[in-house]
Amino acid sequence: MKLYDWLTVWLNIDRVMLGFGVTILFFSVATVTAFTGGCVFVYLMDGKQNILKRSLRSALDVLRTLPFLIVLYLLYYGLPQIGIRMTSWTAGMIALSVYHASYYAEILRGARVALPQGQMESAKAHGFTPFQMYYRILLPQMVLRSGPLFGNLLVGCLKDTAFLSIITIYELTAAANALQAVYFIPMPAFIIVIFLYWIISLILERLLRLMGRYSKHRGLSYE
Amino acid sequence: MTVWISGLSITLGVIAGFGVAVLRNANIPIVTQILTLYISVIRATPMITLVLFLFVMTPYLQVEIDRWIIAVAAMTINTTAFNAEIWRSALVTFSVEQIEAAKAAGMTRAQMLRRIMLPQMGITSLPGLVNEMTLLVKSSPAIAMVGIADLTRATNRITAITYKPLPPILAAAVLYLLIIGTMVWLQRKADKYAQRLAM
Repeated sequence: MKLYDWLTVWLNIDRVMLGFGVTILFFSVATVTAFTGGCVFVYLMDGKQNILKRSLRSALDVLRTLPFLIVLYLLYYGLPQIGIRMTSWTAGMIALSVYHASYYAEILRGARVALPQGQMESAKAHGFTPFQMYYRILLPQMVLRSGPLFGNLLVGCLKDTAFLSIITIYELTAAANALQAVYFIPMPAFIIVIFLYWIISLILERLLRLMGRYSKHRGLSYE
Repeated sequence: MTVWISGLSITLGVIAGFGVAVLRNANIPIVTQILTLYISVIRATPMITLVLFLFVMTPYLQVEIDRWIIAVAAMTINTTAFNAEIWRSALVTFSVEQIEAAKAAGMTRAQMLRRIMLPQMGITSLPGLVNEMTLLVKSSPAIAMVGIADLTRATNRITAITYKPLPPILAAAVLYLLIIGTMVWLQRKADKYAQRLAM
């Protein structure tokens, strides 16, 4: 490892940063859509069980047992066979969102089960519609209570973005690989990239701690 | 291949994770800090990045290592960090009374660790360990990147021959479903077992 190698990385820092930006973009968009999707799924599964709700639940269960890469392959390489063609960006975004939505749905469902039944009854007695009740009363509690679990999920989502490099998306890992392929400087390139991943996850950890403090402040969770 | 490599790194990872956890808790200066840093960094690093890193590092360092070993090493490094955290949480919450009683009975540290703490910690951290195993299997397709014929790689090869990508991908999906479904089922059993023996 020579100083010159590090200089090469520094001279090409724009390419690393481009990959970093793409990773952040995928990560943030997928987190928002997956979170929203998870909330919607839980709302759809709420209430009396019927065939549709049960099949949605088993579909989400199946999704959670698959590796992310398989889902990605299915969308990007599998679907063109039946005539659905997507760009790598669309496929990556959809795969990441839907896959993680299933995890969010599972966590929120766990929190939903733990909520006291009396709240729902009193909300109904006050004339809330099911959607109002879910949106204003149940959802905020479910979200704030499952804070620590979201932490693992967010880091998992960040790590899954690295798989996107396989379907030719130029994100952080692909950037490191391209850089080392051109200049043959594997050590500095990958160390910088791993460092960047680490920084993101440290920031996430900090944000979740803030959220935990907020939920304690509102009296929704305890030590 | 997937099962074989995952199984090997799981075994190594569980043992190494225990070692790391004990070392980290032993409060040796520098060693503890290094291990903390290792756990923190590796937990944030995607498996693909790690595999690629090790794979391109070997020619750079002028050593020739089989790609099998690289794959197993990457997965072990990854899972060790997670397992260490699981073991450590069991270690930290271990009851002080029992440790004091063991010391009073004249046990050495190694004896205490092996006879008193390990059996109990094994039971309490079993659900967490199995959970980590399923996560490892889910990230194992990353090793296909360096050209090992795991389940995902096999899918690609069949596709390249038949030009029909859908059937092999679905078949691979079903196989992963079976592997991980079995593990989840085992986890539920482990959970029940741990609860029954919980102290």
